[in-house]
Formats: sequence, structure tokens, C-alpha cells
Amino acid sequence: MKYETVIGLEIHAQLLTESKIFCGCSTKFGAAPNTNICPVCTGQPGVLPVLNRKVVEFAVKTGLALKGQIAKHSIFARKNYFYPDLPKNYQISQYELPLVVKGHLDVTVNGETKRIGITRVHLEEDAGKLVHKGAAGLKGSTSSLVDLNRTGVPLMEIVTEPDIRSPEEAKIFMQDLRNLLVYLGVCDGNMEEGSLRCDANVSLRPEGQKELGVKTEVKNMNSFRAVQKALESEIKRQTEMLGSGERIVQETRLFDDTTGTTTPMRSKEEAHDYRYFPEPDLVPVEVDKKWIETIEKTISELPAAKRARFMKDFGLPELDATVLTDDKALADFFEECLKLYKNAKNLSNWTIGELTAYMKTKKLGIKDINLTSSQFAEMLGMVDKGTISRTSAKSALIKMLDEGKSIHDIVSGSGLTQISDEVKIKMIVLEVIQKNHPQVAQYKSGKTTLAAFFVGQVMKETKGRANPEVVNRIVSEELNKA
Amino acid sequence: MELFELTAHELHAKLDRKETSAEEITKSVLTRISKVENSVSAFMSINIDEALAKARDIDGQIASGKPITQLTGIPIAIKDNLCTKGAITTASSKILQNYIPPYNATVVEKILQAGAISIGKTNLDEFAMGSSTENSAYKVTKNPWNLKTVPGGSSGGSAASIAADEAILAFGSDTGGSIRQPASFCGVVGLKPTYGRVSRYGLIAFASSLDQIGPITKDVTDAAIFLTAMAGHDPKDSTSVELPVPDYRRSLIDDVKGLKIGIVKELLGKGIDEAVKRSITEAADLLKKLGAKIEEISMPTFEYGVPTYYLLATAEASSNLERYDGVKYGHRSKEADDLLSMYYNTRREGFGPEVKRRIMLGTYALSAGYYDAYYLKAQKVRTLIKQDFDKAFAKFDVLISPTSPTVAFKIGEKVDDPLSMYLSDIATIPVNLAGIPAISIPCGFDNGLPVGLQIIGKAFSEETILRVAYTYEQNTEWHKQRAKL
Repeated sequence: MKYETVIGLEIHAQLLTESKIFCGCSTKFGAAPNTNICPVCTGQPGVLPVLNRKVVEFAVKTGLALKGQIAKHSIFARKNYFYPDLPKNYQISQYELPLVVKGHLDVTVNGETKRIGITRVHLEEDAGKLVHKGAAGLKGSTSSLVDLNRTGVPLMEIVTEPDIRSPEEAKIFMQDLRNLLVYLGVCDGNMEEGSLRCDANVSLRPEGQKELGVKTEVKNMNSFRAVQKALESEIKRQTEMLGSGERIVQETRLFDDTTGTTTPMRSKEEAHDYRYFPEPDLVPVEVDKKWIETIEKTISELPAAKRARFMKDFGLPELDATVLTDDKALADFFEECLKLYKNAKNLSNWTIGELTAYMKTKKLGIKDINLTSSQFAEMLGMVDKGTISRTSAKSALIKMLDEGKSIHDIVSGSGLTQISDEVKIKMIVLEVIQKNHPQVAQYKSGKTTLAAFFVGQVMKETKGRANPEVVNRIVSEELNKA
Repeated sequence: MELFELTAHELHAKLDRKETSAEEITKSVLTRISKVENSVSAFMSINIDEALAKARDIDGQIASGKPITQLTGIPIAIKDNLCTKGAITTASSKILQNYIPPYNATVVEKILQAGAISIGKTNLDEFAMGSSTENSAYKVTKNPWNLKTVPGGSSGGSAASIAADEAILAFGSDTGGSIRQPASFCGVVGLKPTYGRVSRYGLIAFASSLDQIGPITKDVTDAAIFLTAMAGHDPKDSTSVELPVPDYRRSLIDDVKGLKIGIVKELLGKGIDEAVKRSITEAADLLKKLGAKIEEISMPTFEYGVPTYYLLATAEASSNLERYDGVKYGHRSKEADDLLSMYYNTRREGFGPEVKRRIMLGTYALSAGYYDAYYLKAQKVRTLIKQDFDKAFAKFDVLISPTSPTVAFKIGEKVDDPLSMYLSDIATIPVNLAGIPAISIPCGFDNGLPVGLQIIGKAFSEETILRVAYTYEQNTEWHKQRAKL
């Protein structure tokens, strides 16, 4: 029997607000343990949460970008479960009446546009961090320490409809969603560091069947690649089970990146009863039209629109436009350069070629590197004018990036300028001719292909800095004279 | 008359006229405590040194010309479920035995800023769960009118401290009657403000949608003064309302002419002591004589108040009390070898039986499969009760009833009968469910034990209930009677 894959995703995005969702503590990452804390986020007796308006704005912004409906009236709920990283032993989240419902994101899979439905977007608080001694987890550890710095950092949960049909689609959706969130400035999108997390509900059903099959929930996918890998492995497992007549058990499974497989974490029977109920310490969130309009104005151009514009206005091929706009900072950089350097395709070639290659090896983003748009544009201008050769420019760019120098400094310091000065070249050509009498004689006797030998010698003398056209011309002039 | 016997407004007048000092007042109250506290047991802790130091400091400020507020130099007792920075706050629970809050409750901060003197922390039913203060994990507070009877609860320590003149003003908190019922039992004044009138920040939560802090005082004027000082929006409490705070003393008008008062029929029938009924009827007659229009009103949903409350309050409590787990503060069991046993043993050892009972009730009400039948249904009934009040207030300015069906009962009498204990809040609970204000004032005695009259108003009509209470008080002598200790 042929099976159809059905995938729905639950994404948690850490929001980039300065302060936590229910208190004034900093959300800054990497502080000494238990320093960004206060009575509220440590769950002292008697404290009350107060909702950070910025958090609501970020979620509304996301909701608008996902073409969702922004609830005029939404409420928070308590999700009750005991764990030492959760000081109140309940998480303030949204359950009934979330902030955003019914949105979608269009993604392109194998050249075709596909619409993935967004069920809801809601807000909640993050938990703290446990540090275990003597074991990897709580189980078996001799002692465990609690760091509450992360407690109360705002999280936005985005839940999709079960519209995804393949691991590749899931990966592309995640990449596009990440780009969207980064574009919106609401999340840094870093999956490795956990500021963007993803869980997947996976099930199979016989092709043509409407009802969904029994699903499993896959957790712990910490990169786009891991999302695809985990889902492929889980689908393979489910297909094999169904093929051999076994039944799928509804359970939560943990993905292990090193083995590339999923293993059971807890079954439905062990599932928590979270005893959700409306959070009585918070008043409902009321978002009126005016507020939505104000938030809407803060949304700048989104990835899809930018990609289309890059193709239309700059005449770039789709691949170039996609690669450039996948990273908002890179796209911004590109546009900055374009103000100073007009050849868009050439700029794109250098940007997604040399520059991106450098960033990849160094694991840096465009904002981390030593290169301003004007320096980059200037360098490309010099190549076009023939002041430096393409080859020299490549090594110069690396030098610029490594040492943070301008192209001028490098060119004047290391003599990278193309030697176009005819007199200078002529002197060198004459020198070469003098040194190579036998070859001159051979040339004279009709072996004109030897001209290339002389050109090569001149280039060697000038360490490749001579303008080849000029060298060619002078070499043939002088050989014919000699 | 001794200073400790006076009200806050009387002491304020003396301070204003420089006839006394904060130190004299504080010493007088501390001396009184040293004489009667052994028999009353109202306090969890007493701040002798800090109170005297603060009093001297205040006197210095007065001498240097600093203007005084209504609360300057007034010794105030603080219910031990209000967080006091640097001072142990237990909620009368073993689980918070050595808990020292890193912050002050907003109301505590306010009164300290106003120059009041914190005299000590008062006993309560553990986590404010109870109607007799017998559920305290530490001590049994006695009713100053009869030491064999309970002071009511959960603010029994606060009410007893006022009745015994061990403090001039006292903070109470009221979730289902915890200010009014002990005020009634102890023959003092207790006011539960409208939900949202007073910040709850720093009040150790029992049931968040019902809890409200309020004054327990010797007379209505003090209640008005104290309420004015504690009320107002607090950016730290989103459920506190952004409404201006009137000077509630302005509502102390000795006149009820033309006011329409409804007397709640269901609270003068079955289950209400005859003597209590008599006192309430007499109070109604007096108010009528003073010019009010009195009419009986039926509140058909009142009988559902107690069951509704015991689903909603316990549901919220089960969640509010989850944070007491031994991880961060308070008691941690020594009998723990892993996380689960730490949780289980900490909570088993730390919570008393009534708290455990309510956690279990509330957990049940919120559980999958039961939520709709219990929690959700109770929320719907809560709405009906509110609507009942709305209807009543379309017709009446205030409603009156007994605060409690009985006068103070004997210590130990109801400890083994939780249902009968729960029913002693039958008259007060609907008020919390509706989020409206009510005051209890002395209106008589039965066998030497005080009877309380409850005056209920619509949301944010504290001025009206204070006016009715004040008029009644000015035309009676009950509040002038003091317990003989």
C-alpha cells in the first residue's frame, strides 16, 4: 500500500525583546547564572505577572506577516506541571483564545508554490535551565542546579495545520519561516542555540484516505538539516511498521542527531494532564484596530516581496535573488552596495560567490565581517576599470576581510595595482627580450607562437599585475622591431 | 483612657496636636501586647525593636516639621500572608517556616511610606484557608470576647489583635469572607474592597480571582482612612483597576435618608441563628427609622455560592500552591533522595490537612474529563450570581445580611466537620464571587459574643457602604464596647 505523509509543525521562537514577558528582567543571553532574576520570575510567594506590551506587538507583527487573524480579545492560561526549571510549577501560556489564528505561509517546493496553513500563534514564557552533575539529565545526577535567567523569556509558539507532505517541505517551511521571523526582527532564528525550536507531528495514511493516521510527536531537532533527517527517519520507521502490519503508538519521540533515529520519550498514557485554566492574575489582552495599524506600519518588506523585487528591478536570476534575500542582512548589504556600484549581476556574483564563501569558512554573518558596502563597491569598481585584475581582487578581498583594510591600503601597500603604465611595461618587455635571445631568434624565424612565452615572462616579472592586453600589444610590437 | 484603646483617627488628632508621640503610642500598644498576647495569641511575630526604632524616627521627622499623614505613627498589624521585606512571612504554613521575602507587598510599602509602624505579623488559617484560624500550623488564636471561642478566620489574628487592642489597625485579606467573618466574630469593623480596588502584589495567593486585601479596624472612620491609604492602581498588579481613589472619609455622612436597602431573604432563614436574625432585623429597623427604605430581596443563587466557591477557589489554589516544592525557598524535606520524593515529602510535611484537602479538590476540578463539569460549570454559576447582584443593585443602593450565620463557635467545635465550617461563609462568599465590596460592623451580642452586620454594595461603591455603616455606627453603641481581657 502507498502511504501519504502528513506533517504538522509546532515552532517555538524566542522573542527579541529587551525584557522578559512578565517582569522587567533582562533577556540577555550568557549572563552569570541567576543574575537576570527578580521576585516575579523566580516565583516568590505573592508576586504577580504583568504582560510586556512589546511581546504582544511582536506576536501581532508575526500574525500579520502570516496573514492571520489578530484576536481582539485573547487570554492567557496556566499550564500546570512540576519541574524544577519552572519556578511556579505552572507555565503562563495561551490555550483558549490565542492571539493569532488562521494564517498561512506560502513556500516554494520544487518550483511550485504551496500554502501551509497556520493554526495559531500564541505567547508563553520560557522555563529556566538545569545544570546536572554526574549525569546528562536529572535522572542519575548527583545534584542539579537551577539557573532562572531564561525563566520568563518570551516565547512565541506557531502551530501549523497538518499541511506538510514531506520532510523536504518541512525543512523549506522552517527555513522560510525563520527568514520571515528574522526579517520581522522578532527572533534571531538561531536553531543551534535554541532560540528557534521545532517539534513535529508525523503520521501516515493510505493514499486517498481522508482521516489522519496515528501520529507521533518528534522533538529535539536542532537544525534545518535535523528536521529533514528526523522526519525521514520517523517516516521510514512508521512505513516499515505499517508495512509489517504493526500499529503506530501515539507517543513523543526524541531525535538523536548522532544516530539519525528517533527513540520513544513518553507515551500518550504517560502524557501530562496540564489542567489548563484561564490565568486569573492577568487581564485579557485587548488589541484594537488602531494598535494593529501602528504595528503594521513597523513591518518592512518581507522575503517573498524582496525576492520578487530583486528579480524585477535588478534583473537578477531567481537563484541569485533567492540566495541574497534568504538572509536579510545580506540583502540589505547588497542594496547598500548597489547604491555605489551599478552592475547588479556582477555584484551578486561577488556577493554570493567570494563573499559568501569567506563567511561560510569563517562561520560569520555579513554583520560580523570587516567589510563596508563602500569598500566592497570600490573594489568592484577598480576591477571594472582594470585597475586590478579579477585574480588580484580575489586575494585582495580576503586581505580586506582578514585585516579590515580598505582596497586602497592593500593595493598601495602590496603593489596590487595593475601595471598599465606603458613605459613601465615596455621596459620590462625589453628586458625580457634581451634575456631571451634564442627565443627571439626562433620567433623571427617564423615561430610566432612564442609571443605567448614572452607575455608569460612579462607577467611573471610583474607578478601578474600587468594589464595583459597592454603586454600583448607591446610584446608583439617589440618582437617585430627586434 | 490608654493610648492603645484609641482609634487611628483619635491618635492622629493627638499627634497632630502634639499631645503624644509615635513612641508613646507604640510603647502603649507593645505594653498591651505584653499583657494580653499570652491569652489571645494573635501574632506570629512581634517587631518590638524595629517598631520602637521606627517610632522614634517618625517622632524625629515630626519634630523637624515633616507633615504627618493619617497613618503617621500608627501601629499596624500585618496579616502574615502579606510579604514583608527581610521579615519572615509564613502564611501560617510550615512550608514557609523560614521564608524571608525579598520584597514588600505594595500595601505594606504604602503604609510604611505613609509613616505607619509595623507592629507585627498576625496569625491566620494556613494560606488563608479556613474560617476559624485553627488551621494555622503554629498556634490557635483566641477570640478576645471569650477565649474558649475562635476569632473566626482566616484573618483571625488580625481581627483578634484589633479586638484585644494589640494594634490600632490591621490588614486582613478576604477570599470568601476572611476579613468580614473574623471582624464579625471579634466585634470589630472589617471591609472587603471591590476586586481590583487594592493591589494584591505581595499577598500570598490563595485564589487569585477572589483575593482582596482590606482593613480591619475599631470603627468605620478608621476603615475609611485605612482603605484610602491602601487603595489604588498598582502597575505590578494588572488586575488592580485604574480608577482614582477618593478620600473615603468624605463618605462618612451620618445620613441614610432615601437610601434603598435590600435585606437578603435567604440569609434570614434556615441555618441562621435566631439571635443573629434578631440583631439583623433590629439593625434593619434602625436604618429604616433613620430614613432608609428597607425591603426584602430574594437572591436565589446565594445557595450555590458555597459549592461554586469551593470549586473555583480550590482550583486556583491548587495551581497557586504548586510553587511550594522545596526547590527555591521554604521547607525542603530531608527525606528526599530524588526529585519526586523531594516534591512529595516536602509537600506532605509542609502542608496541613485543610490545605491538602483543597489542593486535591482543586486539582480534581481542573482535571481532564472533569473540567467542564466542575470548573467550567462553577464559572457559569459565578456569572449567574453576579447577575443576581446586578439585578438587586438595579433596585437597591446596598444589601444587608448577617456576616455569619452564627456568633463565634467553640475552639475545636468544627475542626472535624469541614462542611459545617465551610457553611459559616455562606453570607460572605457570594460577595467575593461577584467581586463587589462589603463591610461587616458590630450590630449586637449573643451570649456575650458579637454579631456582625454585613453591608454589601455594587462594584466600587465603597463610599455608599461606608456611609450606611457610619450612620448605623453613629446611632448605636456596639462599637464602643470592648472585650474584657
